[in-house]
Amino acid sequence: MGGVRTSGDLVARMQLAKNMRLDDAKKYVADKLKVSLRDLTDEVTMREVREDLDISSIFMGYGSASRGIEAKFNIARLLDLEINCVEKFKKKTGI
Amino acid sequence: MILTRMGDGSFVEMTTAEIRVDVEAGIEDAVKKAKCPPLTDEDTEHLMDIICDPRKFVSVERGNELVLTYDSQPMKFARLGIPIDRVQILQIYERALMADTLEMAYVHYSAKPVKTILPEEQYAVAEALLTTTPALLYGVMPNMPTYTKPDGPCENAAELLPKGMVTEAREAQMEAASMLEHDLLLLGAAMNEAGADGLDFDTSAAGGDAEFYACLRAVEQLRAKYPRMNIEVGMSSEFVLGFHSALEYKGERLAGMYPHKQCRMLAEAGANVAGVVVNTNSSRSFPWNLARALTMCKYAAAVSTIPVHANVGMGVGGVPMQITPPIDCVSRASTAMAEIGKLDGL
Repeated sequence: MGGVRTSGDLVARMQLAKNMRLDDAKKYVADKLKVSLRDLTDEVTMREVREDLDISSIFMGYGSASRGIEAKFNIARLLDLEINCVEKFKKKTGI
Repeated sequence: MILTRMGDGSFVEMTTAEIRVDVEAGIEDAVKKAKCPPLTDEDTEHLMDIICDPRKFVSVERGNELVLTYDSQPMKFARLGIPIDRVQILQIYERALMADTLEMAYVHYSAKPVKTILPEEQYAVAEALLTTTPALLYGVMPNMPTYTKPDGPCENAAELLPKGMVTEAREAQMEAASMLEHDLLLLGAAMNEAGADGLDFDTSAAGGDAEFYACLRAVEQLRAKYPRMNIEVGMSSEFVLGFHSALEYKGERLAGMYPHKQCRMLAEAGANVAGVVVNTNSSRSFPWNLARALTMCKYAAAVSTIPVHANVGMGVGGVPMQITPPIDCVSRASTAMAEIGKLDGL
């Protein structure tokens, strides 16, 4: 689906974490991101959406959107998910 | 004439009528072997359009995109002889190859050798998790035969069975299955501690029904212990080989199970995603192989209660048996699995 270039990583997360079938996972992510289903695979729209929501993009230079574990904190909040490494990070840092 | 390929990857020119004959024969073979319903007439026409499309690369209509999971992403770069670390390989998959999911793995890619280097594998996973965004699974092949002589401590069923020592062969398989199950649980605990999103047991049941039994039991126990762990189980072939032949899981005989039944077992054990496999016959045409694979996969996806990802690669999912899978076939198989098979991913 395009990974972090679009929304493929988010849709895949919902399949893996919640057993959501493809159409359900797409709708869930689209609703949470407040975009249309068509936008989910549009790299033009999704770059702006991902930057606005601070959930990582393919551009990881200085001044980029949150990356890696930072982005996953935001993704967990946005998708209402518990992400294992985020929970581990919180525990280790006392957040 | 339509330029297509045989299951070994070689080019073959066929008329549209010849392709239709092979497509119908492939569907018929799938129905007979897997005892599943055939593709509809509408599906068959759609498949003919995809196969006979004159373009080299074929893709889905907008909106029909699906997600991809992988087997052992680091190994793909090792095979290319590119000497970079595994964490960087996963970053390349994320930001250059646009992977929807990531999979850390050791080059041997089997449960038994990974057990001896678990702390180092935990470090690699923990390090990768800091700098990557998609869900990151740790992948291994259960590979039960590595527990048998001469590679392991258990008697080798493949040597006992030809001698007629059926009882001994079954006992040896159960001993190996028990060791495998133990190691898969160790692996799951270690990777959960490292922060991984989950596990991918890839090429499962390659060692037969006892290996599948061990995988199912491991998944069941991991699910009970780690309710939020993401677990994908990819299969190794279209039906479970009955080396033991009498093993049951939740009252159902495992030997001979085709994809739709494999999915049901995996869902009952607690897996999140089922990876289904249909083998390619290298002596038959690509249209025959794709129609056959699609018929089995479509039914598996239709009846499954969990997402189903079809294996579409070297020698599976209709794709020719080649180390360089031809893109004309990969793109057609992927398109057919998405638009006709209604798979959740590949």
